[in-house]
Amino acid sequence: MGKFSRLGNDLYEGRVSVDFVGKRWLWYAISAVLIAVSVFGLVGKGLDMGIEFTGGAEFRVTLPSDQVTQDTADQLREDVAATGVEAAGSPVVTTSGNEAVLVQTEALDDEGSDLVVEAILASTGASPDDLSQSELGASWGREIAERSLIGLVVFLVLVVLFIWAYFREWKMSVAALVALAHDMLITVGVYTLSGFEVTPATVTGLLTILGFSLYDTVVVFDKVRENTNNLRKTRMTYAEAANLAVNQTLVRSINTSIVALIPVGAILYVGVFQLGSGSLKDLALALFVGMAVGLYSSVFIATPLLVHLKGMEKSVQESDRRAQVRRRHDADRYASVPTYRDDAPVQADPDALEGLEDDDSWRRPDRDAVPASPGGTAPRPGRPDARPDEPGRGRVVPPAHGPVKESRSAGRVQPTRQSRSKRGKK
Amino acid sequence: MARSSVTRAGRTLVAFFSVLAVLYGLVALAGSWTPELGLDLQGGTRITLIAKDGANTTPENLEEARRILEQRVNGSGVTEAEVSTQGNRFIVVEVPGQSRRDLVETIKRQAQLRFRVVAQSANGTAIPSSTADPSDGSSAEPSDIPSEPVVTIAPSESASPGEPKETKTPKSSSSPKNRAPFTADQEQATDGATESPSFDATSLPGEQSTESPGAGNGSEGATDGATDEPTETPTETPTDGASGAPSIDDPLNWVLNPDEESLAAFNAFSCPPPGQAPEVDDDPDKPLVTCDENGTKYLLSVAMVEGTQLTDAGLRPPTQTSVEYAVQLQFNDEGSDEFGRISDALYGTQRQFAIVLDGEVISAPTMNAPIHNGSAEITGQFTEAEARDLANSLKFGALPIQFESDPPVETVGPSLAGNQLSAGILAGLIGLGAVMLYCLVYYRGLGLVVLASLMVAAAMTYALVLLLSETAGFTLSLPGIAGLIVAVGITADSFVVYFERIRDEMRDGKSMRVAVETGWARARNTCLAADAVSLLAAVVLYIFAAGVVKGFAFALGISTLIDLAVFFWFTHPMLTFLARFKFFNSGHRLSGLSAETLGVDRLPSNRDGRSGSDRDLVGGRA
Repeated sequence: MGKFSRLGNDLYEGRVSVDFVGKRWLWYAISAVLIAVSVFGLVGKGLDMGIEFTGGAEFRVTLPSDQVTQDTADQLREDVAATGVEAAGSPVVTTSGNEAVLVQTEALDDEGSDLVVEAILASTGASPDDLSQSELGASWGREIAERSLIGLVVFLVLVVLFIWAYFREWKMSVAALVALAHDMLITVGVYTLSGFEVTPATVTGLLTILGFSLYDTVVVFDKVRENTNNLRKTRMTYAEAANLAVNQTLVRSINTSIVALIPVGAILYVGVFQLGSGSLKDLALALFVGMAVGLYSSVFIATPLLVHLKGMEKSVQESDRRAQVRRRHDADRYASVPTYRDDAPVQADPDALEGLEDDDSWRRPDRDAVPASPGGTAPRPGRPDARPDEPGRGRVVPPAHGPVKESRSAGRVQPTRQSRSKRGKK
Repeated sequence: MARSSVTRAGRTLVAFFSVLAVLYGLVALAGSWTPELGLDLQGGTRITLIAKDGANTTPENLEEARRILEQRVNGSGVTEAEVSTQGNRFIVVEVPGQSRRDLVETIKRQAQLRFRVVAQSANGTAIPSSTADPSDGSSAEPSDIPSEPVVTIAPSESASPGEPKETKTPKSSSSPKNRAPFTADQEQATDGATESPSFDATSLPGEQSTESPGAGNGSEGATDGATDEPTETPTETPTDGASGAPSIDDPLNWVLNPDEESLAAFNAFSCPPPGQAPEVDDDPDKPLVTCDENGTKYLLSVAMVEGTQLTDAGLRPPTQTSVEYAVQLQFNDEGSDEFGRISDALYGTQRQFAIVLDGEVISAPTMNAPIHNGSAEITGQFTEAEARDLANSLKFGALPIQFESDPPVETVGPSLAGNQLSAGILAGLIGLGAVMLYCLVYYRGLGLVVLASLMVAAAMTYALVLLLSETAGFTLSLPGIAGLIVAVGITADSFVVYFERIRDEMRDGKSMRVAVETGWARARNTCLAADAVSLLAAVVLYIFAAGVVKGFAFALGISTLIDLAVFFWFTHPMLTFLARFKFFNSGHRLSGLSAETLGVDRLPSNRDGRSGSDRDLVGGRA
């Protein structure tokens, strides 16, 4: 754990940094592939709707585990088909978990149901206590589907409102929503491709995922917002600040996801291996996939996307440029110091020179070589009226608060001390 | 400040635990220490009725339907069945513990209302020695019968005609009870009466038994009708083969001379105990032997008028002229004709016709006027509720709402239920244990706080589940358990967020005491946001989900709230409290906050090591 924590600290300090934002096209590509697969699966294969939606009958016989075999299932299939009940002509019989066999037929009427029950009991030798059945009509399915859909839509609307109210910024909201959509699509895709049945429990799981996915995104975006609040001070571009935020919250995100996934994993395990099919399995699978994808999307999709969107803002672009210029300065503090060349034009840029001569002139070795190249101190193209950066400072000298007079005491101008009452408001 | 925050934390903790204690006190008062298990965990049958689209589903109607269904289900001998409304469209019938698929028919049965003519009637609890000897039964228990309906013709929709103008005859003698007469006033027949409104004059003194001065000539006082004394034996003992029994398809003649087979069936029949519906096959094309709720059995003709021919039935409140509630009937044309034929045939005799609902006679009035306009009125000493019930029964085929004909039926065998229960508990234990273990390993000393918080949350959840199952009828179902387990993750998430925050703050160079507070301020908002989303999801699910998924939403919602409570009132004060201890604030190796775990070279909080000194309290303000 020590190492992991150490990593946590390094991530926090930015000593170790995974470039989540920089490689965003890679993540986009991965997600695009996943989504494409999901959509193709959805279109090509379609979702396997459970009987709750389609209507039908399902009989579950609880048997001792040594009896839950393919043979029993095959036998059962023949016996049920032999009842002559039309709707049960081609039953789907599967083993479910290690303690039950599942028989699914189309919707049955009461007599048909009785016949099938008899056949099942006779075939397996189970007692009526061991038999569970659900018979769900089409109207119920319609009702469920309708309600699920309404629930989904209402929840999405509420979530959009919530996100908007929480982030108060449409770019964050959009990024969060895209991440949500991404999670849902991939989860649905997993459902399609794994062949799991979609039941009301699945829809429930899907709705719950929305919450979880949003949770991760909220955590990351909170940190992004915190880090980018003061870009001027931190001398970072927006992308860097965001990347740092992701790195800083990475340990937390992973931890919360693990902690959330553990119980869901327990449910999934029990649901799949002990009970076979049923609401537990459906719920847990949706939750498990959704949470995992939610972690991925908050780190790899939401934040890069946010950086993308923010990158279009003028203020962000400017501050990014500023940060880059500063970084250049920091890398080589003297890069902008004019160098002397023999063929340098005399008085090429008197304005630039003035500033130089005023304060930093003492540092310059060739003080007398007044004609300096305009190189680093020339006004940047495109910003003619901007004040040139001070060499070696990386920032513009702030206007003095009080009168400035020449003093040699520290080799540069010093503000004079004034009584507080005369200084005026800052 | 730190000191005061510690005392405040102490107070919060005390308050929190007293709340917990109060919860358990309430549980102890309620007296049940195990939660109510849902059907999927204890086995049983669930039938969900879905109101049809466009059905008139007001809450009142739904409640009415629920009540009727409950009576029906309980009437069929099922114990402990629970019938409840769910949302605005569902009625859920749950029979815990047993597979009662057969109930489906009872419930699905859309009440069949039929009018038949009575051939014979007798006390159904004793097998009468002879059908012709009605007085046996009648003397036996004359007083059981509270009130007997009287059918009167309603000349119009208005209440005034409901006043019984004339009571024709005392009720059929073969009835064992003092059945009140069926007074049928026909508009045409009682022209005088209706045109010269005798409203005020006549109605008050007696109810169904008043002799009205208008048209009622020659009929006996109805009061006499209430006595047991049979004035006449309406049905003759069948003369075997004498006249050759009329075909059953000619009911009006058939009742005078029922066939042998039916009579045998009638004699052999005995009514079930009161309160239970007789189990008969109500085939409209066959004679029917059945009972009413008072245990009188009837031999009835084939159905003559179907409930579908009834266009309207309604409650008629007491008026100036009639002090009792009545039920008005309105037939369509076909029904009117048929009913007219019956009334013609029965008028002047003491023979009854029977209103049969789902094979049970709900009323067997006599006819005291030919009724041809299809408008009749049943009076009796109804209370308002009885009259409304009857009217509803007649009008809606018993249920005020039409339901889809293919209700979902789920039965869960006890074996599966047992498996699911153990699976749910197993999943819960694995989940909780694994989360605790992970937190312990990762957070060391702080993991203990997670442990304690989770246990407190679990205790609180259990208490609430118990209380809610006692008061709000909450039942713990498998999805509910799943919701509780998933919520373990949500709850632990808050702690993770908080702890990571504390660590971050300490990495930034704050002492633990400070970090606990500043980290709290930031983690709080994140957690509130996250829990708000969870809660939102739970509420939306709860509102829109149908069926068992509701349990999941409910459990998730409760757990989220509990998470907030524990987080605010237990975990945070606990940490504030623990920050006083050297073990934590000096960064012990196992505290989870050591320099090594944090990944920093030196704990910034060293100077805080002297716990209790006032100097480091300054830090709390930073």
